[in-house]
Amino acid sequence: MAHPDQKLSADMKKSAAKKQTTKASRNDFYRLRLYIAGQTPNSIAAIANLKKICEEKLQGKYRIEVVDLLEKPQLAKGDQIIAIPTLVRRLPPPVKKIIGNLSKTESVIVGLDLQPAR
Amino acid sequence: MPRTKPKVVRTSLAKAPTGIQGLDEVTCGGLPKGRVTLVCGRAGCGKSLLAMEFLVHGAVRYGEPGVCMDFEETEEKLRANVASLGFDLRELSKRKKLAVDYVSIDRSQIAETGEYNLDGLFIRLAQAVKAIKAKRVVLDSVEALFSGIADSAILRSELRRLFQWLESQKLTAIVTGEAGIETLTRHGLEEYIADCVISLDHRVTEQISTRRLRVVKYRGTSHGTDEYPFLIGEDGISVVPITSLVLTHKALTERISTGIATLDEMMEGKGFFRGSSVLVTGTAGTGKSSLAANFASAACARGELCLYFTFEESPSQILRNMRSVGLGLEKWIKKGLLHFNAMRPTSTGLEGHLAVIHKLISQLRPGVVIIDPITNLVSASGSYDVKSMLVRLVDFLKVEQITSMFTNLTFAGDPQERTAAAVSSLMDTWIVLRDSKPNGRPRRELYVLKSRGMEHSRDARELIVSKRGLELGIVLRDHLQATTVEGTSTAAAAK
Repeated sequence: MAHPDQKLSADMKKSAAKKQTTKASRNDFYRLRLYIAGQTPNSIAAIANLKKICEEKLQGKYRIEVVDLLEKPQLAKGDQIIAIPTLVRRLPPPVKKIIGNLSKTESVIVGLDLQPAR
Repeated sequence: MPRTKPKVVRTSLAKAPTGIQGLDEVTCGGLPKGRVTLVCGRAGCGKSLLAMEFLVHGAVRYGEPGVCMDFEETEEKLRANVASLGFDLRELSKRKKLAVDYVSIDRSQIAETGEYNLDGLFIRLAQAVKAIKAKRVVLDSVEALFSGIADSAILRSELRRLFQWLESQKLTAIVTGEAGIETLTRHGLEEYIADCVISLDHRVTEQISTRRLRVVKYRGTSHGTDEYPFLIGEDGISVVPITSLVLTHKALTERISTGIATLDEMMEGKGFFRGSSVLVTGTAGTGKSSLAANFASAACARGELCLYFTFEESPSQILRNMRSVGLGLEKWIKKGLLHFNAMRPTSTGLEGHLAVIHKLISQLRPGVVIIDPITNLVSASGSYDVKSMLVRLVDFLKVEQITSMFTNLTFAGDPQERTAAAVSSLMDTWIVLRDSKPNGRPRRELYVLKSRGMEHSRDARELIVSKRGLELGIVLRDHLQATTVEGTSTAAAAK
C-alpha cells in the first residue's frame, strides 16, 4: 500500500501541471495521505476504515498514500503532523486534516467533506 | 555577564546551567539536568525569553545543542527575538547547535474521528533531537495543544508520556505554561512536573512595574525561596542579586583616601577601608554630594573606575556644582574613569533600580560606587523595601570588594529618620553632616559617627566648602553636647 514518497511528489507536480487542462476532473478527485507510525492497532484500523469509506463514497476517484513516520520522520514537519493517525486531504483544495483511527464514519465524511456518490 | 560564578553547593543532583545572570545562583547551579522544568507565568512575563536564553546559552557556552518546539511563534519571529539578544539563530542552526520546529495547531482544520495519540509530535521531536544530538529541549508553550486537541484525556496522558520520554532520553527540558487563575498553569501542567517549577510574575504597584521570579519547587536541592526581581534588558534576562546565605566576604585591610586630607586624618590618617560601605547623612545643603564627588575624584586620581549613580541631579548639574567648589570632574569622564548614571527614582521600581545598578557594576567592574542619594529611592517605595534592597546591594558590593558611598538626606526635626536608622547598621562608616549656628553664623559641621575596625576621631569639625575645595576646620568644642542626637541639626541649633 505504501507508496515511495519520491514518486508521490513527482505525481503531485504532474497533477499541478495538469491543473488548467483537467479542472473539471480534478475537482472531484481525492488525493489522500494517511500518516501512521508503525503497524499499531490504530494505524491498521485507520487504513482499513479509510479504504472502506473511499470504496463506498469515492469509487475510482481517489488515491491513498500511506506515510509511515517511523520510516520517514522528516515528513512530519511539512504537513504539521501532531497526532497519529492523521489523514490529510491534499486534493481537492482546501487542504483538510482529520485525526484518529477513522472509526467514526460520519465524522470522516464530514471532515473530508465527501459528497454522497452520485 | 559571563562573570557570575554559580555558588557551588554540594549536591548529588547534576545541574544544567542556564547562563542567565543570577538564575544559576538562585537555583544553586542551574536547572535539574535530564529533567523537565516548568516555567509558568502570565502572558508577557518573559517565559519564552527565559526558555530561549536557556537554549542559546546552552548551545553557545556549554556545548549542549538544543531543540525548540515552538507552538506559538514561527521560526522567523523566533529568529527576530533571538537576534534581539545578539544571537544569530540561522547561524546556530547551520552549525547544528540549535533546531527550531514550529508546530502549528489550527483547530478549524482538525476533526477527530476516533482514537489517536501524539506520536506525530514525538517523532518530530525525536527527529530534531537526533539530528543535532540535542541535550536541551524547550516546549513553548505546550499548552497550545489544549486548544487544538479536543480530547483532553488523551492529551493529558500523552503529555505525561512526553515528559517521561524527555527524561528517559536524559534531556534537560523547559516547558512553559500560562498562569491560571488559581493554579500555576491554566491546564495544570504542574501536576506532571515534579522536579522543578519556576514562576515568573510581572506586577505593577503604584504605576511602577517589577518583574519577579520565584523557584516554587526544586526537588532534591537547596534553592533560594524568595521572590527575586529580574530585568529584561538588551542582553536578556538578569535576575537580581541575591542576598547571600552566609556572610563570607573577605575584609580587606587596604585603606583608601576619602578625597579630603583632613578627613583622612580623622580616620587614622588613612581613610576608608577598601570594600567598606560608607553612609553620609545630613540635612539639605550640608555638602553630601560634594563629599561624594571628592571621594569619586580621589578614586579616579588613583586610576580606579568610579560609578556614580545620581537620583537627584543630572550629571551636568553635578559637574557644574562641583566646579564651583574647585573640583573638575570632566577630566575623569574624558579618561573614562568616571561614569555617571542618572535615573529618576520613579522611572522604575526599586528592584528595577537594583537590577540596573547590579548590571552596570557587573559590566564596568568599578573600584568605587556612589549612590547619591538613597533618600530619593524612598519616594519610589516604602522604607522596608529600601532596606531590603540596600541589604542586597551592600552585600553584593562587599563580595565584589567595591568601596561604596551612599548619601542620605535627613530632615531637621526628624531625628530618628527611618531610612537612616534602618540602613546605618549595614554601613561600616557613618559620616554625619549638619548645620549649626553657634553664634548666629551658620556653619557646616562634620563628624564620624562610626567607622568599624579603626580608631577614628570622635571630634566634630567644621566643614569648609570654598572655591578651593573641601577641607575641615578646627575641632569644635561644643561637639559633645551636640552629638547626643544623631545625624540632625536640631539639638545643635537649639543650643
